[in-house]
Formats: sequence, C-alpha cells, structure tokens
Amino acid sequence: MSSVLYDAPGPRAKRRNTLYTLGFLLVLAAVAWWVLTGLAGKGQLEWSKWAPFFTDSRVWTTFLLPGLENTLIAAALALVIALPLGAVLGIARLSDHWWVRGAAGSVVEFFRAIPVLILMLFANAAYAAFFDISPDSRPLYAVVTGLVLYNASVLAEVVRAGILALPRGQSDAARAIGMRKGQTMRYVLLPQSVTAMLPAIVSQMVVIVKDTALGGAMLGFSELLASVRPMSANYGANTIASFTVVAVIFIVLNFALTSFAARLESRLRRGRRSTGAVVAADAVEELATPGEHVGQRPEPPDRP
Amino acid sequence: MFDFLQGYDVLGAFWTTVRLTVWSAIGSLIWGTALAAMRVSPVPVMRGFGAGYVNVVRNIPLTVIIVFTSLGLFQTLGVSLGADTFTMINFRLAVLGLIAYTSAFVCEALRSGINTVPLGQVEAARALGLSFTQVLRLVVLPQAFRSVVGPLANVLIALTKNTTVAAAIGVPEAALLMREMIENEAQLILISAVFAAGFIALTLPTGLFLGWVGKKVAVRR
Repeated sequence: MSSVLYDAPGPRAKRRNTLYTLGFLLVLAAVAWWVLTGLAGKGQLEWSKWAPFFTDSRVWTTFLLPGLENTLIAAALALVIALPLGAVLGIARLSDHWWVRGAAGSVVEFFRAIPVLILMLFANAAYAAFFDISPDSRPLYAVVTGLVLYNASVLAEVVRAGILALPRGQSDAARAIGMRKGQTMRYVLLPQSVTAMLPAIVSQMVVIVKDTALGGAMLGFSELLASVRPMSANYGANTIASFTVVAVIFIVLNFALTSFAARLESRLRRGRRSTGAVVAADAVEELATPGEHVGQRPEPPDRP
Repeated sequence: MFDFLQGYDVLGAFWTTVRLTVWSAIGSLIWGTALAAMRVSPVPVMRGFGAGYVNVVRNIPLTVIIVFTSLGLFQTLGVSLGADTFTMINFRLAVLGLIAYTSAFVCEALRSGINTVPLGQVEAARALGLSFTQVLRLVVLPQAFRSVVGPLANVLIALTKNTTVAAAIGVPEAALLMREMIENEAQLILISAVFAAGFIALTLPTGLFLGWVGKKVAVRR
C-alpha cells in the first residue's frame, strides 16, 4: 500500500474516491477550458505562433541553443569555482580554532543572507568601475561572480554536513593510529564525504541553473530566458509559445539533474561498502537556519 | 558620508520587499498545504496532480515565472488581477508568481514533516474510526507543522531573498532601487553595503527566531 494515512478502500470508499476523482477532473477541465479559451481569444493558439519551433530550425540555432549554451557555461563555471571555495570554507567551519570557525562562519552566513541578485548587481557594477573587462563579457563575469559567492557558502554547508554525517569512529580510528588533524581530514574524512555529498551537489546544480536566468532578466546576459524577447519579436508576438518552449527546456534539464541526484542518493544509501553517510539531495535548502551556529563547534548528529 | 541616501526612498523600497514577502508567504502557506494534502490523499488523480505540479514548478526558474506573469499574463492575455495602476498590477503579478513557485517548496517541506509522524499514531487514529480528513487535520498535520518549523523558516528566508526577482518586472522593491542608485551615484561599495545590511536585517532575525521556535515546539520523540 502506498500510504499509511488511509485503509485499503472498501466498496463505499471506492465509490467516494470515484466521486472525488470526477469532481477534481471537472475542476481541472474547467480551469483548462478557461485558460485555453483565454489563449485562443488572444490568438495565441494559432499554429503560426507555434510552428517556428517545429518547422524553422533557425529559431533553435539563432536563439534557443546559444541561450542554452550560455546558461550551461555560466552554471558550469560557477559550480567549478564555487566547489573548492566551498570546501575550504566548510572545512574552516569545522576548525578547532574559534577565530577560524568564526571568520568562516561569518563569511558563509553573510553571503547566504543576501539575495543572489544583489550580489550580481554589485559584481556587475564593480567590474564596470574597477576592472578592465569588455562590456560584452561583463554580464557573464557578473553572473558567475554572484553565483560563486552565494553557492560557495551553500556548498560550504554541504561539505560541513557531509563531514559531520560520517560515523564518529572514522576520525577516532584515524586518531588512534596516530594521524594528525590535517591528515585525518585529508586521508579519511574528505574522500568519504565526497561521495556522501554528491547528491546534494548535483541538486545544488539545479539551483545554479535556475539562478542564471536572473542574469538574463536583469543584467542583459544572453542566456535562455533572454532569448524570449527577440524570439517573440521575430516570430509574430508568440510570447506564450516562446515562454512555453523555454520553460520546457529548463524543466527537462533540471528534471534530469533532479532525478540523477535522487538515483545517486538511493544508490549510496543501499551501497554496502559505503559508510551510509549521505547528504540528502533535497537537504540543500534545509541544512541550517541562518545564523544558527556562527563560530560554535557543531555537535555531530546522532546516528540511529 | 551617507548623503547619497537623500533623494531615495530606501525604507519605502524595503517596505515593498516586506509586503511582497508577507503576502507571498501567506498565499504559499495556504496553497502549499493544499498541495501537500493532495499529495498524500487517497485519490490517485489528486496525488498525480500534486506530484506533477511540484516537479514542474520546482524546475522552472522563478525569474521565468515572474517575467512570464508580466509579459505573458498581463501584456499578452490582459490579466491584471483587479488592479488599475501599473505598479499595483506588477505587485500583484509578482505575488502570484512567488506564491506559485514557493508553494512547491512549502508542499515538499510539509510532506517531509508528515513522514515524521509515527505510523502507530495514524493506525491508532484510523482504528478509532477517524476518516482520512480527520486523521490529517487532527493527528498528522498539527505534528507535521511543529516538526517543520525549521525547514519552513528556510523556505521563508529563501522567499524573502527571492522577492528581489520582482525587480525584473519593475516592482519598486530593494533590488530595483539598488540598481537605480548604482547607476546614478558613485558610492558603489556604500550603496551595496546598505542593501546587504537591509537584507541581513530581514533574514537573520527571522532565521534565529524561527530556529528557536522550531526547537521549542518540536515534538520530542
């Protein structure tokens, strides 16, 4: 049975469920009808508005694919730069020295508390004022900088959670054979926690991909969302169709990442040779309430 | 040193941010709870709808949703949500977009809370003859809510930060004012510091307070 909240339905419950099903389908159908007549009334359902995406390859080669490429480039750059930065910050947050812990904690909490858009706007203006970067590539720089600052601090929490999720015995054993703190971290804890963190890192990739769209809307970065305007200008005001196609591309891309993260997670949980330590894919946004432990030495979580 | 602040309504912009947050939080709590109820309900069609909604909406960038509410809903289809001034229309559209997006996360948080309620309690409630709605309303949801105060606080904080996306459709909130000030004034670092401090002042106390509340009300097991 799929749920514990209700019994396997008897004859009456079956009848009632059918009734609910019909009612719900009616509501859905009414909403769909209302949306579709609304769309048709504004002429957004005409085939000519949707046809370019199926018949004209130029809409893909000129607008959608370059946009998608820029989205992926920015996301990949951000992840590659943010990961090592996050690892350093995360390990620093576990340090035995209060000032290292406190400093790293403050940096992480600071960048987690500020919207990515604010960071991007700041980076954009800073690159314009203090650096010699051509205006063409400035939006990419600004988007990646904003994403790195924010995601490094989120990944720092992931790294910390990954290390804390390892069984206590791992570091006890390392200490028992005479390893120093640095050696324990480098040879024992980090390598194991990398696998534990993989699901969370992959699902953070979804957040990064989604946030690149901010650059398109606010900084003039020519990513996927930004391709909507020129497309609907060139193909006869097909705003709804353009948005639908762009949204579908985002959904497919991110859904692939989400399912990959979920598959990784269940595989790690089942794996016999692993320590069983996993940072869950959907834990990224829930790792810690902001400000909770700046500079405190965190307690390892209880293990069942 | 701070005379660049004159001529700009920084407090007013942050007040708009707060109003966006509060309205969207209320709306997404209601719609998110409804979605969570659908996802655990005995009716397969509702479960499917809930799962489909969450999986689709979670994977669309909020920016796409918000820009769509303006370009698609308002400019193409003429949906204005009963508002007449341009600012009001965009404000309401932004709230609509934020609710649509955030409720997917509220739903997921609640569902993980529902999973923390021990099996035996639900079985006991069913043995007493309570119906599905009664089980959910009297036994499961009250405990689920208490155990997800922490995760919901993080959703609320993410929402507070996400309201900046409303700047993309011209809602006069903090991020939009920051962009305007950066363009017109020279003190980039100071301006950024003011807005960073503003957001820290909004998110950090919320996180600390709700984190404390979450520990207080959590069901000890």
